[in-house]
Amino acid sequence: MSEMKRPICLSGEGVTKVFGLGEKKTVAVDHVDFKFYEGEIISIVGESGSGKTTLAKMLLGLLSVTDGQIYYQEKLRDIRNRKKKKEYWKNIQAIFQDPFSSFNVFTKIDTVLLDCINMRGGRHLPKEKKIEMITEACSFVNLKFAELTNKYPFELSGGQMQRLMIARIFLLKPKILLADEPTSMIDACSRATILDMLMNLRNEIGMTILFITHDIGIAYYISDSVYIMEHGKFVESGTADEVILHSKADYTKRLISDVPKIYEEWDLTTV
Amino acid sequence: MKNTIRQVFHSSKFVVGFAIFAAVLLLIIIYPLLYPGDPLEMIGLGSFFKPGTYVSVYDAIDTESGTMKLPDANAKRIANKLSEEDREAMKVWLVAAGVSEEEIDTGDTDRLLALWKEKYDPSIKPKGMVMAERNYYKRLNKNLEGALNASEITVSEKDPESGEMTEGKTISDTDYVNTKDVANKVTLPLGTDNFGRDVLKELVSATKTSLFIGLIAGVIATFIGLSLGLLAGYIGGWADDFIMFVTNLFTVIPGFVLLILISYAIGQEQRGPAVVALVIGATSWPWTTRSVRSQVISLRNRDHVNLSKLSGHSLIRIILTDILPYIASYVVMALILQISSAILAEAQLSMIGLGPSTTKDATLGLMMSWAMLYSAHLNGSWWAYFPVLLIIALISFSLNLMNTGLDQVFNPTLRD
Repeated sequence: MSEMKRPICLSGEGVTKVFGLGEKKTVAVDHVDFKFYEGEIISIVGESGSGKTTLAKMLLGLLSVTDGQIYYQEKLRDIRNRKKKKEYWKNIQAIFQDPFSSFNVFTKIDTVLLDCINMRGGRHLPKEKKIEMITEACSFVNLKFAELTNKYPFELSGGQMQRLMIARIFLLKPKILLADEPTSMIDACSRATILDMLMNLRNEIGMTILFITHDIGIAYYISDSVYIMEHGKFVESGTADEVILHSKADYTKRLISDVPKIYEEWDLTTV
Repeated sequence: MKNTIRQVFHSSKFVVGFAIFAAVLLLIIIYPLLYPGDPLEMIGLGSFFKPGTYVSVYDAIDTESGTMKLPDANAKRIANKLSEEDREAMKVWLVAAGVSEEEIDTGDTDRLLALWKEKYDPSIKPKGMVMAERNYYKRLNKNLEGALNASEITVSEKDPESGEMTEGKTISDTDYVNTKDVANKVTLPLGTDNFGRDVLKELVSATKTSLFIGLIAGVIATFIGLSLGLLAGYIGGWADDFIMFVTNLFTVIPGFVLLILISYAIGQEQRGPAVVALVIGATSWPWTTRSVRSQVISLRNRDHVNLSKLSGHSLIRIILTDILPYIASYVVMALILQISSAILAEAQLSMIGLGPSTTKDATLGLMMSWAMLYSAHLNGSWWAYFPVLLIIALISFSLNLMNTGLDQVFNPTLRD
């Protein structure tokens, strides 16, 4: 329970998102409260359509919040205008689900990475220094910048792109990283590499990682605390051991029972 | 980029459209170089000269001639003189005189004449033929005999003071001049229009002006439509509401009515090609706005746009680098359609007399308008309007074909 003494990084009270109006309205996120502690890896687990991504976009400030407050470092988050948003985005960054659609296909990889240095206030650094920083970031994710320079993102494989995305985070060094199912579109071998890199990132920079996934196995493997989300609400939360080994909510039990086990016979008739 | 262009040229539809368009462009570039001169110069005093080569009669008489005996010269002379109606009339007589209908071929002049010589007799009165008709045949027969008459023609000169005629040159029916020796001759491949202007030269210049109007109007319309569509689609909210309100206003008023009213308000004097292009461009942007907006809306929540936002890029930069390149192919297609419809809009406006002012430039629409005002379609002067129609159709067709070709390349689901 030593983590609990850490300062709170991001928290929310009654955060709600409603799409549409009148009879057609859907409540994507329904009055959720949460406290994310600095330096932890927090998993938000839920099925498709449970509101994970909507919550993530609200946390990122890409979607407006219908109701409720989000606090950053225990102060009410202020993203009223573009300048304040830019300031906020220096502290919170994201990795998206689909690596193939996360990059602008018309922008060279160099530009993507240089933008990160510029955003960290490195606009006036000499060019050699910038290249050095980019090369370092690339080698952190086992990529060679010399091979990537003047290439376009679509010339890379999915795993390489996702690693490039992590290199981007490495350069930006945000306080919080929101990883929205970063491994769901990637083959199993690359998946472990990506997860390892995320862990390294946490250790190296000391950032808080919000890991959004539908795979409770991965969540258990990497996270300190787990939030289980169903129909826009958190049905259970706590440390990974509490939630997964001693789960109380039926929904969590169901999620756990749905994880395929290789050495056990899987009863397909119940699915 | 290079790859895209190569791909575009793999589409057969695009290639055909491009070839037609390039041919039209080449025509308007090369023709004025080969045959310079004012395209609106009135060379013919009189309207609707037939297509063909015109040789100066005056110069032909002055040119040194040689004698040639050509066996079919007389037959040709008669064939040229016998109109289609005369041939039909001769056939009617011959049938009445007892020749079977199958034997008579009105196209074969020699045979027709032989039959005519054999059977025609002014004293015969075929059944049911009135006096006036018999007189017509008498005149026709006399004409035919006159044409075969081999007497010489004398050209005489008139003294301007005394009025005395002095005999000049005599011309016999066996005299020939080389057309190369005739000082003045002019070839009018498409004849002249109602004002006596060379239609081909005028058509080339009109095509140039019309393409210019289409290009300017298309660029203006696409620019306005694109900017408004991008802003409405990306910013959303009140900006979207306001822009779509204005766009819908323009959409519910028929564009052509608006075009007529504005053109009329500007007045005949001010309406040059550029002004007409401006007016067409300023009224035809709404559909570009609508379609660009819907494309942008589908793009604005993509991950790469979100990533760009998270990188702190400005609104302008996101629109220019993350949205615009993704819809660029669509915009090119919209531009092509706008150019094509602007050329048609100019033609429509000119047809009702609201096109560019008529004295300085010809446009395709104006040529059609003139042909219609001077009843070219009634007196059979096809050359005054048909080539214009053909050029308009070719330009429209080629642009639309290019558009379809691009569509095939950029929307692979449409490929078949």
